[in-house]
Amino acid sequence: MTKEELKQILTETIPGATLDESGEWLNMSVDAPGWAATAAQLRNHTVLNFDYLFCLTCVDWKTHLTMVYHLTSTSHRQPLVVKIQLDRNQPTIDSVSGYWLTANFHEREVYELFGVQFTGHPDLRLLILPDGWEGKNPLRKDFEDPVNMIKL
Amino acid sequence: MYRETHILEEVPQAGLGAKMPGTESGDLVINVGPQHPSTHGVLHLLITLNGETIKKVDPHLGYIHRSIEKMCESLSYRQFIYTTSRMDYLSAHINNHGCALCVEKGLQIEVPPRAKVIRVLMDELTRIASHCLWWGAMAMDVGALTPFFLAFREREMINDIMEETCGARLTMNYMVPGGVMFDIHPNFQRRVKEFITHFKNKIDEYDELVTNNVIFQNRMKGVGYLSKADAISFGCSGPVARASGVACDIRKLYPYEVYDQLQFEEITETAGDSFARYLVRVKELRQSLSIVEQLIDNIPEGDFQAKTKAVLKLPKGEFYSRVETARGEFGVYIVSEGGTTPYRIKFRSPGFSNLSALDHMARGGKIGDLIAIMGTLDLVIPDIDR
Amino acid sequence: MTTASADNNTAKETTGAAGTEFPGQVHPTPGGGILVSKLDDVINWARSNSLWPLVFGTSCCAIEMMSTASARYDWSRFGFEVARATPRQADVIIIAGTIVNKMAPVLKRLYDQMADPKYVIAMGACATSGGPFFYNTYSVVKGADHVIPVDVYIAGCPPRPEALLHAMLALQEKIRRGLTREQIRMQKPEQSF
Repeated sequence: MTKEELKQILTETIPGATLDESGEWLNMSVDAPGWAATAAQLRNHTVLNFDYLFCLTCVDWKTHLTMVYHLTSTSHRQPLVVKIQLDRNQPTIDSVSGYWLTANFHEREVYELFGVQFTGHPDLRLLILPDGWEGKNPLRKDFEDPVNMIKL
Repeated sequence: MYRETHILEEVPQAGLGAKMPGTESGDLVINVGPQHPSTHGVLHLLITLNGETIKKVDPHLGYIHRSIEKMCESLSYRQFIYTTSRMDYLSAHINNHGCALCVEKGLQIEVPPRAKVIRVLMDELTRIASHCLWWGAMAMDVGALTPFFLAFREREMINDIMEETCGARLTMNYMVPGGVMFDIHPNFQRRVKEFITHFKNKIDEYDELVTNNVIFQNRMKGVGYLSKADAISFGCSGPVARASGVACDIRKLYPYEVYDQLQFEEITETAGDSFARYLVRVKELRQSLSIVEQLIDNIPEGDFQAKTKAVLKLPKGEFYSRVETARGEFGVYIVSEGGTTPYRIKFRSPGFSNLSALDHMARGGKIGDLIAIMGTLDLVIPDIDR
Repeated sequence: MTTASADNNTAKETTGAAGTEFPGQVHPTPGGGILVSKLDDVINWARSNSLWPLVFGTSCCAIEMMSTASARYDWSRFGFEVARATPRQADVIIIAGTIVNKMAPVLKRLYDQMADPKYVIAMGACATSGGPFFYNTYSVVKGADHVIPVDVYIAGCPPRPEALLHAMLALQEKIRRGLTREQIRMQKPEQSF
């Protein structure tokens, strides 16, 4: 499947999404409130069949946060990048660990490094950081640690 | 397709008959690690046992979390590549290769053909060295001590070859954006050819010693089954997914460098148990050896490094590159704002997703089975914690 | 390149063999008792030639440690025959790899579980001083000697197996030459380790 065909199918199935073809892969931006339904559509659609989530991360632009999901399918191998903007002070989004089991660990990591709350996650707690680091969110741009000389 | 998961309110602490949500009376919660003799690194598992049967495995990570992603936001594009050698140190070349590919994608640099072939040669030699060490360490985990020393014999030969050309044995900082750092040593071709002839007999010897051993097969067959749908859903890649029937070799699906011109097979098995994962890696040794054989006499002449500016600045945008390391798919995702340092780097490590399947695979087995499964997952913990 | 932290070679005075105190008064013979000092030498020689390391590798230096244990570089010819998995049976802990904030209490607990006399070798740049992860990291302990006292430091990232062997031989020299840490502590109680 080529990028154009994918864009065609996506405009038909997910009307609320904005598509961007400038990068190497097709970028799709959706809103946070309807993400669970959109994820179910991407996962269960017969032609799209995005069953392989290979990267889940978050980027801190200083005014907002953006969740980035990289998806591909074992049947057509055309990747798709989904981007969702979140409010910086109250970042909440639906968890997709029911659709892609790999999201379980990835969302825990984003929770502890950026502070994003995932509703519906079965077990949201710290994964990599030691106890007592809840709320510190070290990968945010405003994280300061004078002891360890971090000021980026 | 969707699996019921336990909902825990607290982190379970180890203890005899400790009463916590998700356990019943008579359950024992024990610690494996973070310091244990399996040579995987520092992994802490909290295992809930009912008698001797495992009910739940809860990995606690972070004992080697060196905050590499945060650190890379202050390093330039030439400097951050070498932190990845220390992440998955057994595939150090391949990790560096992935980073160099990402930077080249951003800057639209064309790598000369000689550099491409040298990079692929180094990658495949690293893959052979990594699988040798995996084989020795895994056999040691299930109780056979001799293969450890045999495996290191071959690894030392490869380390010598690397040291002559790159200057270091383990963290070779050899790949740069644009090519490789130095040209290969004049002895390189001769030594690699000697290695190929030496190693071909050894693989048969290793098969006879370990693969066809009845005790080993009984330990591994039927243990740790991972179905194809689960392997895809857990995001597994590399030999773990290929042993369950998922064809996911990045060298075949999204070829980079000269992989589309080479003749090699992608090894898949259908059994999905530990023995299948073992067989996939042993067969991959032969495939890597055949790639090295195809390339060693056909290194094209020319530059080993493309001309690049001294200070690299990626244009504004996002770039993602994927390579196939010995453990699976390694992804480098750079978000750049146009400066000399990246704005955000994310390393998609193969071990992170492979580890999330451990709980699912180990339930219902014994602790000895858990050790065998961990051995076949081939985890390198600094790769997971970054 | 190894650096053994300096130890004053004080004469063995009132402490008896192996750092224990004799009951009652002991008058030292001028020049040192030939029998007691020879016994100390024999005990130190025996200790240095049979140091059993603890299996403790956190990151990349662990692979070079495993290479040192294998057939080509082989540390067992120097007496480091069995690498024990439990700290209760180990003499020397070779810290191979980075120590992070989450791992530091574990390292301290392992060190406390080891029986005296015990020694520590900090292998690699990360265990010596934080190494390549010194700047801009929020989770790395900048040097293992913030957690436990170190006897020998090895530079390198990772150090070659020959460097690790040199460090082990330097540790053996140090043991043969001077007092163990508890002997020094008993003689000079104000010195803290």
